[in-house]
Amino acid sequence: MTKSLNELSIIEAASALRAKEFSVRDLWDACANAAKERNPELNAFLELFEADDAAIESAQKRIDSGHAPLLCGIPLAMKDNILIEGKIASAASKMLANYRATYDATVTKKLKEEGALFVGRTNMDEFAMGSSTEHSAYGPAKNPLDTSRVPGGSSGGSSAAVAANLALAALGTDTGGSIRQPAAHTGLVGMKPTYGAVSRSGLIALGSSLDQAGPLTKSVADAKLLYDVMKGSDPLDATTITSDTYTKKEAGATLRIGVPRHLLAEGIDEDVAAQFESTLAALEAEGHTLIDVSLPTSGYALPVYYVIMPAEASANLARFDGVRYGLAERGGTLLEDYVKSRTSGFGTETIRRILLGTFVLSSGYIDAYYRKADQARGVLRAEYDAAFESCDVIAFPTTPSPAFKFGDKSDPVSMYLEDIFTVTANLTGMPAISVPMGNVERDGVSLPTGIHFTAPLGADDLLFRIGALVTGETL
Amino acid sequence: MSNTKATPEDVKRLGTLARLDVAEGDLARFAAEFDSILAYVGKLDELTLPKSDRNLSVVRNVLRADETPYESGTWTERIVEQFPVKEGNSLSVKKIISHD
Repeated sequence: MTKSLNELSIIEAASALRAKEFSVRDLWDACANAAKERNPELNAFLELFEADDAAIESAQKRIDSGHAPLLCGIPLAMKDNILIEGKIASAASKMLANYRATYDATVTKKLKEEGALFVGRTNMDEFAMGSSTEHSAYGPAKNPLDTSRVPGGSSGGSSAAVAANLALAALGTDTGGSIRQPAAHTGLVGMKPTYGAVSRSGLIALGSSLDQAGPLTKSVADAKLLYDVMKGSDPLDATTITSDTYTKKEAGATLRIGVPRHLLAEGIDEDVAAQFESTLAALEAEGHTLIDVSLPTSGYALPVYYVIMPAEASANLARFDGVRYGLAERGGTLLEDYVKSRTSGFGTETIRRILLGTFVLSSGYIDAYYRKADQARGVLRAEYDAAFESCDVIAFPTTPSPAFKFGDKSDPVSMYLEDIFTVTANLTGMPAISVPMGNVERDGVSLPTGIHFTAPLGADDLLFRIGALVTGETL
Repeated sequence: MSNTKATPEDVKRLGTLARLDVAEGDLARFAAEFDSILAYVGKLDELTLPKSDRNLSVVRNVLRADETPYESGTWTERIVEQFPVKEGNSLSVKKIISHD
């Protein structure tokens, strides 16, 4: 075997485990040892878990019995805002530094039932607010491809961990691009499911109408495997959907790929645009059709997002008050207890967004900001629905540029612009995927870029089909 | 709304509403950042939207039946363990109503 065990994809490792080429313990050790060695440099994990001997042995037994699911015995990395019972889940905030999860998130439960193992909990921007992990209260994670650059965010610890082969795959959460943008910056596949396809129970909420958990993986096949395990309706999340919530649209033997040319005219690095065009040309050469689509309101998606998301965040984060769990600073009165706990628990970006959310929801401004943004959201979705009458998926680059250097985006608006292409899928609830589309060079370093596809509501499987066409995989 | 100018006093007031004590030294910086964010978000002003065309999602909120979803006490120990201050299984908080 030419690859080290920790370099394998889930599918490769699952097949080798069944062929008895190595044991679950060997695979765990390969990841755990790589993580111990590289984490001090990369800061991808906030905590590495001790080997769970019982889980490792039970996974091995299930595989030996010949009846194990593919995820059995596979070491995964878990973002720090997804609860694992008994483990700290801090959302990379000082506010929750001592918070030990009292229950498993539904996705955690599903992964445990499959026999998956957890290497550790990964670094992120505090409460998932950011695109670089520079807003983590525990220092940023580094991009393993160039440690002077960010691994993307907010699921940047997850992307760094998988790109550096410290886990076979990872879970992230995506509120405005937090799975897809880090995937693009580290050469991985990242997928945000249709809103409601995966339960949010046990996720630390940022924007409840936007949040979804999803996979960060080395291949499209791995992403599909994880998604298939994670999805499904859940009595603990009333917003989960069933397989017949949305009418299935049949796609033909060749796909119609919508390209919103009017959004791509400016603001994209020349070599990133060139990679995008050559990826599209390759798809066209294989018989798929490119179609110009018009999404006139999409240019306003980011301003809409930066009203809706802080509004929801300010409401969600109101629960952290130093009373029941988490950081508990004490003052003279109960009000002072709240204020002291919140002021010392939250970092600057979190405070900025809570204040912004409080502003857009305040009397006198709620109509001009929140209600208008909410209405625009409906228009965005209607435009996508109309575009999907003439195409099966819509394509653009995941980000306008490859991974940037630490400190390059110190003013808030320039950081927010990282999500310009990805936020629309969260606002419309539509599923979206980022797949590597080739590298570009910056300062002598070859850096990955991603192509992004959006599919109609409920058509998540179509994303794996188009993704596999780009990577050349057979699913 | 694109004319909105945030002042340090505005930031302080929002902090009070959000139960945050923004340090005096940070007020001016937050106000300046607010202006740049609001200027960007203010692009929404240009947008003319059809009246009452809220495209309602097909997803509907649902409520579970009004019954006991799990046996009493199942989670007590794990939750009480997180309390910063407790008396037995009770969470201790400061008195809210004062008599002065």
